Amino acid sequence: MDAFFNEMFDGGQVRAPYARLGDWTGSMPDELRHLKQAEAEALFRRIGITFAVYGEGGDPDRLIPFDMFPRVFTQAEWRRLERGILQRTRALNAFLADVYDRGEIIRAGRIPADLVHRNEAFEPAVMGIRPPRGVYSHIVGIDIVRTGPDDFFVLEDNCRTPSGVSYMLENREIMMRLFPALFRENRIEPVDGYSEALRRTLASVAPRKCDREPTIVILTPGPLNSAYYEHSFLADLMGVELVEGQDLFVEGEFVWMRTTRGPQKVDVIYRRVDDHFIDPLCFRADSMLGVAGLMDVYRSGGVTIASAPGAGVADDKAVYCFVPEMIRFYLGEEPVLNNVPTWQCGKRDDLKYVLDNLADLVVKEVHGSGGYGMLVGPKATAQQVASFRERLLANPANYIAQPTLSLSTCPTFVEEGVAPRHVDLRPYCLVGEQIKLVPGGLTRVALTEGSLVVNSSQGGGVKDTWVLAE
Amino acid sequence: MIVTVEHVTTYHYDRPVRGVVQSHRLTPTRFDGQTVLDWSVEVSEGTAGGGFRDGAGDWVQSHSAHGPLSEITVSVHGRVQTQDLAGVLRGHRERMPAAAYLRDTAPTRADVALTELARAAVAGATEDLDRAHRLCAAVAEAIAYRPGVTEAHTTAAEALRLGEGVCQDHAHALIATARVLDLPARYVSGYLGGEDADAQGAAAEAAHAWAEIWVAGLGWIGFDPANACCPDARYVRLGSGLDAAGAAPIRGVARGGATERMDVTVSVRATQQ
Amino acid sequence: MLSRTAENLYWIARYMERAEKTARLLEVGARIALMPGGIDGYRNEWDALLRAAGSAEGFHAKYGDAVQRNIESYLFFDTDNSSSIASCIGRARENGRVVRTALTTQVWDALNTAFQELRELQRTPRSELPLSHMVDWTLRHCAQVRGAIEATQLRNDNWDFLHLGYFLERGDNTARLLDVKYFVLLPRLDLVGSGLDNYQWTTLLRALSAHRAFHWAYGGDVTAHKIAHFLILNPQCPRSLRTCAQGMSDHLDRLARGYQRSSVVQTRARTLLGELAEMTVEDVFEEGLHEFLTRYIAEVGAIGRLVGEVYLSGDIR
Repeated sequence: MDAFFNEMFDGGQVRAPYARLGDWTGSMPDELRHLKQAEAEALFRRIGITFAVYGEGGDPDRLIPFDMFPRVFTQAEWRRLERGILQRTRALNAFLADVYDRGEIIRAGRIPADLVHRNEAFEPAVMGIRPPRGVYSHIVGIDIVRTGPDDFFVLEDNCRTPSGVSYMLENREIMMRLFPALFRENRIEPVDGYSEALRRTLASVAPRKCDREPTIVILTPGPLNSAYYEHSFLADLMGVELVEGQDLFVEGEFVWMRTTRGPQKVDVIYRRVDDHFIDPLCFRADSMLGVAGLMDVYRSGGVTIASAPGAGVADDKAVYCFVPEMIRFYLGEEPVLNNVPTWQCGKRDDLKYVLDNLADLVVKEVHGSGGYGMLVGPKATAQQVASFRERLLANPANYIAQPTLSLSTCPTFVEEGVAPRHVDLRPYCLVGEQIKLVPGGLTRVALTEGSLVVNSSQGGGVKDTWVLAE
Repeated sequence: MIVTVEHVTTYHYDRPVRGVVQSHRLTPTRFDGQTVLDWSVEVSEGTAGGGFRDGAGDWVQSHSAHGPLSEITVSVHGRVQTQDLAGVLRGHRERMPAAAYLRDTAPTRADVALTELARAAVAGATEDLDRAHRLCAAVAEAIAYRPGVTEAHTTAAEALRLGEGVCQDHAHALIATARVLDLPARYVSGYLGGEDADAQGAAAEAAHAWAEIWVAGLGWIGFDPANACCPDARYVRLGSGLDAAGAAPIRGVARGGATERMDVTVSVRATQQ
Repeated sequence: MLSRTAENLYWIARYMERAEKTARLLEVGARIALMPGGIDGYRNEWDALLRAAGSAEGFHAKYGDAVQRNIESYLFFDTDNSSSIASCIGRARENGRVVRTALTTQVWDALNTAFQELRELQRTPRSELPLSHMVDWTLRHCAQVRGAIEATQLRNDNWDFLHLGYFLERGDNTARLLDVKYFVLLPRLDLVGSGLDNYQWTTLLRALSAHRAFHWAYGGDVTAHKIAHFLILNPQCPRSLRTCAQGMSDHLDRLARGYQRSSVVQTRARTLLGELAEMTVEDVFEEGLHEFLTRYIAEVGAIGRLVGEVYLSGDIR
């Protein structure tokens, strides 16, 4: 365990942000803890916050395990993180605005043209179209891991529609209900401004043809989607309609929604539907989830789609390697947050290194997500490593590899009491007229001892994330 | 030359639909080879929506009509003054990087036969322009013009296997073979005028399609494997895409589960000035 | 409000009302089984009930002859039967889940609890489930949902669409049940007062949960006229066609006021109500009970379709 940075204990000493939490756990007998845990679970059930996992089948009303032990940052730690997140978010949007326009970064030879133009996520349909305020990715989720007191690394970027923010909000609600005293003793920055900030962000990117208070909607694939709860939760908090494709139609220069008062014009669509399904006229003709003609309205300035179709080209795992370069190119700054060193298996030298060190590396699919299709070398059996090697050799360009990171640990309630478990962090950055980061995020925790996989689909849990006020 | 176009498309629905949304690429491309003298696109129902110039330089105009309606007619009339540029798309402004036209789509995916056709055709060629010409000739020879054997969803690979097809199949096959050689290639839709009315084949393919291949240094160059030539003054270019669906002059979706039937009449005359 | 949301609310109400109707039919069926009389008589009664439940064809295709135990399974648990209690509650809950934010916590709780308990019942051996228990269970949950709506929902357009669903479904149910048994009410002197007749009337009133209310409202001897009046024209009877027409019209008028736009559907509902308000039982029998009911069912259907066109399609301009 000594190899890992423990966020609460430095040797025998309790680190500053956790100073008041030692007493808290010390004074909590097991019975009370179990009681509180049961109460938390009942609250989650009652609210109806559940998460269905793709490809796993089973109970669609499954809860993500909630761990009551908070993850804490000091104001100083957070400021540095914030600087890095805002910087990265700016660079990602600048990159998108550039590659869908003149492509200066490619002309300058700072990123290979093929990586962008031959990328599945590069969307020719938005080429030359400038969205309101030049923003392509309005909600950016950046996955960050920590390996030491001052060592933060970005694991990946999410520029399309990062999910999980409802957990950030609900975890806090539940903690405040269960342990009000903790919030009196610790001065914790609030996160509940998120929904209002999201609404303002979306309103600020209304299309140029909108001449009044914009009408915002959230477009969901429907109740069968695993994140449906989140879609309806956000719509409710913002006071906007949660629509499906069938609720919208295109007529004239605009998009309309069907209401009991007749058609009502829609100005901003926060869509939680993938690019290829949003318009059967432009993309997949068989899509039942989209709105025919939506892309034409979007491209002629009649509606805003957040995030823009094609925003995914910035969060591709192969493009990821070039984000530090984007920061230097567009902002003229050095990255505040580092990338995890990454080998691109499509390159011959990198592939050789990866094959030689497969047992020590984490190998991921370039387009994969959710912790599927990956190899965690040190945790894998010899047989798993061998069969992964074959898949890798069959299509090397489809994979990247990273060293196994010594993810920091945070105290977590387990069967025997409190024990360290590995965590990561996903903060949510909003980009509109302004760029805004709520002080907090979603901390995911690998509940199995020694496990480094925090994905909720792989048995991970969640924690409340605190940023202490000065 | 002056090319005169009359192009009327009527969609019939077997029962009234709730609404129709269309996306039109029906405006002649702006480039040195053609100047519009007069041009109109009229739709029998509904209203014009937003219009914009896309990344490939094409004018896209959306159109919608609310129902109930049982048919909708799109009429295109106009005259374009043209000039023979030997297929070169000179003076055309666009944002799209040529490399974006290297990606496969279902109808343009090369199978073993297309790959072999491409490799054999260019054996010994040293320049991309030469390669492009050879590919065009090879596709023209491999796929004979014959209407009725292929349909809208036929892929390039299927057409090559059949050895027969129409201009859409020729264009798809040429695109597939070009991309095999890492030459960016795209589908172009437009019109082809006949000088005398009974030029068989030409009349049937008045609403025409061909391909463009990117040749470094020269830019986009048109190749018409259906007629084994490069587009000249008889051609009017409307728009382009990765394949036929992407470059379609009219794309449409009707709301309400009706079966659609389409009637098209096209007359294109090319006359000397 | 989103048209789809209105549609979901409307269907929550329709499905809950339908579940309640099916439960009452089951209860009546069980009582018939306890009556003395020929086997064929029961079979005819069950058949009439299946027809009133709109489930006759589906049942016969699946089971053939009407056997009580099969009928119970078919009407309560069978999800192949779209009118079964399990189907109705499942769909009401699914509609509720989609519009979760348009419902109060209490209404959602009531819907969700009914659904969760239903899943328990489905796992319980049938031998441990007396029919009376299943019927009571259904009526209780229907009342809980309805009560939660009354007690907690905002009186806005959500409320109106819920009630439109309830009244439309209820009016349709009453009319269909009457129609299945209309011959019982035909004034044929030779049968009036006979034992058979009595029990058929009682059956009908019970199926509409109205046999005690009827006596409170009329007293004296049971006559065909009184029954027809009670179930068709009496504004006090909660299930009469008149009450349902009044409910539809009131809620449609509220919508028109709220949206500041009236349409053909309001006119149509008001016309229906006006006719029922002025009619006498003699008029009904004059027209012919079956003919009148057929016309009423068609009219309610037309109003339902107009509600769809005007409010639920989102296409009106």
